[in-house]
Amino acid sequence: MSAVEMAPHGADTDKPKAPRGDIAWRWGLVAPALIVLLLAASGPLLIVLVYSFLTPGNFGGVIREFSTDGWFQVFFTRDIFDETVGPATAHLDIFRRSITLALYTTVFAAVLGFPTAWFIATRAPDVRPIWLFLVTIPFWTNLVIRTFAIQEVIRNEGLVNTILRSLGIISAPIQMLYTDFAIMLGMAYVFLPLMVLPLYASMEKLDFKLLEAGYDLYATRLKVLWHIVLPLVKPGFIAGSILVFIPAIGAYVTPRILGGGRNLMLGNLIELQFGQGRNWPLGSALALTLLVIVVAALMVYIRATSREEGRRHG
Amino acid sequence: MKITRWALAAATLAASTSAGLAQNAGSLNIYNWGNYTSPELIEKFEQETGIDVTVTDYDSNDTALTRIRAGGHGFDIVVPSNNYVPIWVEAGLLQELDPAEIPNIANIAERWRDVDWDPGRTHTVPWQWGTTGVIVNTSLYEGDINTSAIFLDPPDELKGRVNIVPEMTDIINMTVRYVGGQQCTDDRDVLRQARDKLVEAKQHWIAMDYGTVDQYVAGDMDAGVNWNGASMRARLQNDDLAYGYPKEGYPVWMDSAGILTDAQNSENAKTFLNFVLEPENAAMISEFARYANGVEGSDEFMPEDMRTAPEIVVPAEHEAAGYFSVTCPEDVQRLYTQIWTELLR
Repeated sequence: MSAVEMAPHGADTDKPKAPRGDIAWRWGLVAPALIVLLLAASGPLLIVLVYSFLTPGNFGGVIREFSTDGWFQVFFTRDIFDETVGPATAHLDIFRRSITLALYTTVFAAVLGFPTAWFIATRAPDVRPIWLFLVTIPFWTNLVIRTFAIQEVIRNEGLVNTILRSLGIISAPIQMLYTDFAIMLGMAYVFLPLMVLPLYASMEKLDFKLLEAGYDLYATRLKVLWHIVLPLVKPGFIAGSILVFIPAIGAYVTPRILGGGRNLMLGNLIELQFGQGRNWPLGSALALTLLVIVVAALMVYIRATSREEGRRHG
Repeated sequence: MKITRWALAAATLAASTSAGLAQNAGSLNIYNWGNYTSPELIEKFEQETGIDVTVTDYDSNDTALTRIRAGGHGFDIVVPSNNYVPIWVEAGLLQELDPAEIPNIANIAERWRDVDWDPGRTHTVPWQWGTTGVIVNTSLYEGDINTSAIFLDPPDELKGRVNIVPEMTDIINMTVRYVGGQQCTDDRDVLRQARDKLVEAKQHWIAMDYGTVDQYVAGDMDAGVNWNGASMRARLQNDDLAYGYPKEGYPVWMDSAGILTDAQNSENAKTFLNFVLEPENAAMISEFARYANGVEGSDEFMPEDMRTAPEIVVPAEHEAAGYFSVTCPEDVQRLYTQIWTELLR
């Protein structure tokens, strides 16, 4: 069946105009996706953008009065005691913590994810789907429940401390819950499959003959890993890192439950402004700032991969 | 502990679905604080009326207010705290109640009948009331626990073991009282002292979290700012835990139930409010969440341990230090938020 026959009206009687009808038909097919993109993605974002330039209303909400205070407050603060204006160091600290923790999480997930993906990629082809399937199982459970499960493992009376104590390795429990380590561990656990899957995808394509060639040329195992395997699975690493970094930097549930809420991350700071802080414009401006960080990370990704492509072809 | 809670939730769900299927008297959507609504109470209500009830949780007044103001929520009943009720009423979010339709309004105890935040009880009825004080694991610290120093100047034994409920206004107000000011102050000197005190104390805190009954029982944390009912629930599982009333001042609050202006099931909501004002049913609310309820005559239906609990019955010598929290003006709220952000950086 040709595209002409699928055209909605008069395709048979009006043959010369068929190409135009064809184009209209294609637009018609694309329309639902475009509408969803415009309304569901850009629309809300536009509202957030508009809100970030309005004045906070009493007890939440906004008043329709233009103001740049929201954006000003993201980066600067007027000291409530001596009225001097300075950089908003509290916000900058929170930005820095979020970025640092997201980076650590990404590295942690990569270190755990690489051997996992390698293990799966080196199994017999018919059992690989089973291993992949097992990796995705945690996704079946709600994020909050998985996070509480981690809490049960690392709390003072939890699994790890109980085992270490019964083995006599430690006498007092190690405080793991409510630390930055707990946040990182929780996020790495939750986002691990997002690292394993792209890594596996690039390892699956790996030509293992190249490894043999390396060994034949007296390369050590470490050299083969460093000079052959890692460069070839780099696209997988980059894709996995971006998939882990982006949700990690905006994470809300994990820092709240495992971090104990004592030190905010960006997601929690934004929530504070929409909740108890009752400053929606600032919250909107902070949310958009987070978006800019994410887009910047994506740009780095695109740069890195296009350079990769260029190298391969040139 | 956690398992029983899940089981309970599952049972409620099962019960509510079956009741709804069986009788089809419409539905009712309640928006209430987390772990605050007695499942047995809901079950009883469903059996008596055939109304299918769904309970949705929130964790703070601001979450609830934000969500309702955003619209499209589908809820019928909400349970804001005293200092938030005027905001809800002023914004026109709550219906005016007609005592003729809810005759059990007459059961409201004298003390709670005509209150500052809802004069003449025109928009809300009592759900539960309590205090925000401190909880201490007395096996670690045997000194005086009736002071905010427990979390602002923690004794050595409790350093690094303190949890703070992250209620911005309550915590800053308690600190303001501790340094000698009054709630919702805009006095910069007092606020500066309060901020310095909080920033200095924070290094001794382990967490700032809600819903910490299990954590206190298990020893993940050993002291902190906590609500009286939650403290009692923790104490029932661990004798070492005790509740203190800070002599520098502690907030007293009451959560009150109202019907939303845009409720889809107003009639069912009225039936429900009338139902919970029956002394026997009010007692069920208290028995579950361990707070007093403000309904006359409910005491006789309460379990013995509630009638004598030091967390519920405020000892006479500590009564004077309690203050009813009010809504802070917007400019004070901004100052508080800035201090809070600086604290949580």
